[in-house]
Amino acid sequence: MQYLVSVIDDKTNSGTPEEALAIDEFNERLRTGGHWVFAAGLADPSTATVIDGRGEEPVLTDGPFIESKEHIAGFWIIDAPDLDVALALMAEGSKACNRRVEVRPFLVPEA
Amino acid sequence: MIDAREAITRAHHGEWARVVASLAKRFGDLDIAEEAAAEAFATAVERWPADGIPPNPGAWLTTTANRKAIDRLRRESRRDVKHREALMLSDDDPPEPLGVIDDDRLRLIFTCCHPALAMEARVALTLRMVGGLNMPEIARGFLVQESTMGQRITRAKRKIATARIPYRVPSAGDLPARITGVLAVLFLVFNEGYLATGPETDPMRPDLTAEAIRLTRLLRALLPDDGEVAGLLALMLLTEARRTARVSSGGELVILGEQDRGVWDDALIEEGHRLVRERLDAGAAPGRYQLLAAINAVHTDARHARDTDWSQVVALYDQLVRLDPSPIVALNRAIAVAELEGPGAALATIDGLCDALNGYHALHAARADLLRRLGRRAESRAAYERAIALAGNTAEVAYLSRRRDELG
Repeated sequence: MQYLVSVIDDKTNSGTPEEALAIDEFNERLRTGGHWVFAAGLADPSTATVIDGRGEEPVLTDGPFIESKEHIAGFWIIDAPDLDVALALMAEGSKACNRRVEVRPFLVPEA
Repeated sequence: MIDAREAITRAHHGEWARVVASLAKRFGDLDIAEEAAAEAFATAVERWPADGIPPNPGAWLTTTANRKAIDRLRRESRRDVKHREALMLSDDDPPEPLGVIDDDRLRLIFTCCHPALAMEARVALTLRMVGGLNMPEIARGFLVQESTMGQRITRAKRKIATARIPYRVPSAGDLPARITGVLAVLFLVFNEGYLATGPETDPMRPDLTAEAIRLTRLLRALLPDDGEVAGLLALMLLTEARRTARVSSGGELVILGEQDRGVWDDALIEEGHRLVRERLDAGAAPGRYQLLAAINAVHTDARHARDTDWSQVVALYDQLVRLDPSPIVALNRAIAVAELEGPGAALATIDGLCDALNGYHALHAARADLLRRLGRRAESRAAYERAIALAGNTAEVAYLSRRRDELG
């Protein structure tokens, strides 16, 4: 079972070297435990472009699809047998990156 | 010879949680478990009056429910059944650590009270899945529309399935915190029955308090060595014992000091006291519910209000403050201090809590009473007004209004 873990932040480029170090250590633990799938940080939401390709010509809009005080500053994709394991892991992850995180399950395809 | 109706009611009380729990384990799906259990009981209602009560009602219900669940899975697409089977095979439980009791009903309780679910969802799900209450009963208990309650339960079941909230007893390390979470759910159900909120509603809902006690008894049977489980059960019993004395025939709250102690329920008090003594004998440091139960044991020990051992009550609150330094505990301690040291000392403490508890009716009710005893009538009246505006319980509003009017 895979979970998307979004890192919630209200500032951009706000990570500190200490946090980066703690995240590296945490990622290493994820790998050792077989929970690692992927992780990355994201650039400032103002650098995003929304594109609607459903019409004849794609329509581009500058900026994120939703304006809010908080945004997703990065994410993990982890593998865990159930939510309890995922939550226990990401309690550590939240501590490592020093931010709140949202744990959300991937939709399991029907059969 | 009992009749079929009586047998079904009894089986519903005794077997519902067991049937749902065993199906949830076998099929790995709460929705299927709930639906099949409900169908099995509906079949019993049809069959038992004509065919007679089966010699082992629990086994009959489990077998029937299993058959219903398999029927449903067959009706669904073959691929889906295969998928479920695969899920069940890959979802083997890790071995349970030694010392943790394993019971399907306990798994069910922990799943329904999972901390990743909203509190209101935990309450609804526990009453439905473990308590066997139907949707209209639960909706009535919490004064919400049946459709709202239905959505709440459906959403919670979906989250459990989709996010894969596990169906197991937590590991020994997580157990104390998870038990605390379960107790919070049960206590909330009890309190909503004991101090029902909402205008123009009954001040008490004994069906909710009875259900909370029944579920706590079940938890106690499953976790007999847990002090806080025993403590919460004792607290509920000692509170429930005073229920009939607590509201007058005119629908007004009767405060502890003015209650007719002759109508208190002696059997419940005796059982509550026995649990409190059991915890004292255990010699382990008491938790919050055990301390609250002990405070209630002191109150129910006194034949007359004037016999109450207030120094003991304050000493117990002192212990509670050390565990839980919240302003609400400080308020309740101050109310006990008023009986020991007089209203002036207590008022000084309560005035210091006004900022933190400004929106809490009990603070203003306590202040109003102390100011009244000190002869400060205008201030007392203002405090009563504030308490009345904030109180949600009809009997309490009636009591506070009379007290305010008596100030003249």
